[in-house]
Amino acid sequence: MYLPDFDYYAPESLTEATGLLMQLGTSARVLAGGTDILVKMKSGLLAPSALVSLKNLHELRRIRWDADRGLAIGALATHNEICNSAVVQEHFLSLSEAAHKLANNQIRNRGTIGGNLVNAIPSADLPPILIALGAYVTLAGPNSSRTVPVESFFTGVSRCALEPEREILTEVVIPPQKTTGSTYIKFGLRRSGALAVVGVAAAVTMDGNVVRDARICLGAVYKVPTRAIQAEQVLIGKTWTNDLLEQAGRTAVGCCLPISDIRGSAEYRRDLVRIFTRRALKRAITQGHV
Amino acid sequence: MQAIADKQGVKRYIISLTVNGDEYSPVIKGNTLLVNLLRDGLDLTGTKKGCELGDCGSCTVLMDGKPVDACLVLALEADGCEIITIEGVAQHGELDRLQRSFIDNAAIQCGYCTPGMILSAKALLARNPHPTEPEVRAAIAGNLCRCTGYVNIVKAVLDAAEVTA
Ligand SMILES: Cc1cc2nc3c(=O)[nH]c(=O)nc-3n(C[C@H](O)[C@H](O)[C@H](O)COP(=O)(O)OP(=O)(O)OC[C@H]3O[C@@H](n4cnc5c(N)ncnc54)[C@H](O)[C@@H]3O)c2cc1C
Ligand code: FES
Ligand code: FES
Repeated sequence: MYLPDFDYYAPESLTEATGLLMQLGTSARVLAGGTDILVKMKSGLLAPSALVSLKNLHELRRIRWDADRGLAIGALATHNEICNSAVVQEHFLSLSEAAHKLANNQIRNRGTIGGNLVNAIPSADLPPILIALGAYVTLAGPNSSRTVPVESFFTGVSRCALEPEREILTEVVIPPQKTTGSTYIKFGLRRSGALAVVGVAAAVTMDGNVVRDARICLGAVYKVPTRAIQAEQVLIGKTWTNDLLEQAGRTAVGCCLPISDIRGSAEYRRDLVRIFTRRALKRAITQGHV
Repeated sequence: MQAIADKQGVKRYIISLTVNGDEYSPVIKGNTLLVNLLRDGLDLTGTKKGCELGDCGSCTVLMDGKPVDACLVLALEADGCEIITIEGVAQHGELDRLQRSFIDNAAIQCGYCTPGMILSAKALLARNPHPTEPEVRAAIAGNLCRCTGYVNIVKAVLDAAEVTA
């Protein structure tokens, strides 16, 4: 399996990189870990005229905690770097766990958080937990940069707010928050290396047994990862019980629009949404870490 | 990395990388994959090609100590990196204890997955000298064995870890 021809650039700075994108025009693409784009190029789904590799932009690899801003993860941080980072584990263990559920070890050593977001497939593993934790991304253009909440970043299957001919996703930020528990759970056809048939992330703020706030995000059951807002409302202000969580799970089914494909039927996915929403909530409420 | 163009205008690049401790400066095309540079350019055919899509792990090599699928890495991206292939695992004609353990445990059937299995296991033992069985299974989850000899493979890795205990 061979790759089509393309020009290759490895800029030394972010300004040089966005400048190159502008200059090269619409069919140039950014190369991060390559685990998505090279597969697409091999399968003939994509034939960019040029690849702009980010490998020399070392500052985009950093993971930092700042009490005011929260957790800032450079776009080039790999899944294994996120998974093994002491800073991530200390502040948002659920993100580290989600990164560990993705693909397999070899892919986690190359694949990046930036690529996982820009690739924008509905079954991607990091978006649900990032949305549940209220994360936002920074998109840098040649002259300015903007921030977009991950929740509104996705615009369709393989579509997102990034303008590929001029912007680079530079970092993902999870703001400091009152959340007391969060988790991401996924059902795949195998335990490793399988995309999610359904993925559910939940983040809750508890006051004793009372749910003060809840955010639920469903993956792989709509064209973009989706908040289950009605299900969240079932919970907020109430004392949690298993029945209440079941009711939230039932409500979440109404918040999605799954398709049938080789990984599972729509009906099966709806049932998984009910069960996994209930389980994710229970874990977020009882496990005692964010 | 240095870009050069021939008379037809075809662009090539000179990169430098270390493979199994030896330094190389191959001339490659932009679309050359690391797996093809190793196999065709450097004649290191111990690195296998299976799915070529990141699913099977038969092309696993260590890139700066970490297992990666060489079928999903551009050779250009390995510029300046240290690569270890299965040919670099035995030292001075002596098999590595992992290789020995694979033989002793009959963890090899057709052998196609073995180079990748050994490299994934090698990286695991370097970072975690005394793994549990689930840790071994997780480390080789990206290496498929179509002969399905997983039980003996896991045993071989655990045994090799024992030796250093
Ligand atoms: C065998 C296999 C299993 C997989 N399993 C899973 C899984 O279980 N869960 C899952 O979620 N994913 C999975 N993936 C998909 C993939 O590995 C991840 O989405 C990964 O995070 C992609 O990151 P990357 O750095 O490799 O992206 P790349 O392939 O380098 O890029 C992907 C896209 O994003 C763009 N891009 C990348 N970074 C930036 C940036 N910083 N700024 C602007 N544009 C950018 C590229 O131009 C390209 O269009 C799997 C892939 C394979 C091959
Ligand atoms: S050949 Fe590279 S993973 Fe299968
Ligand atoms: S021994 Fe044949 S594929 Fe593993």
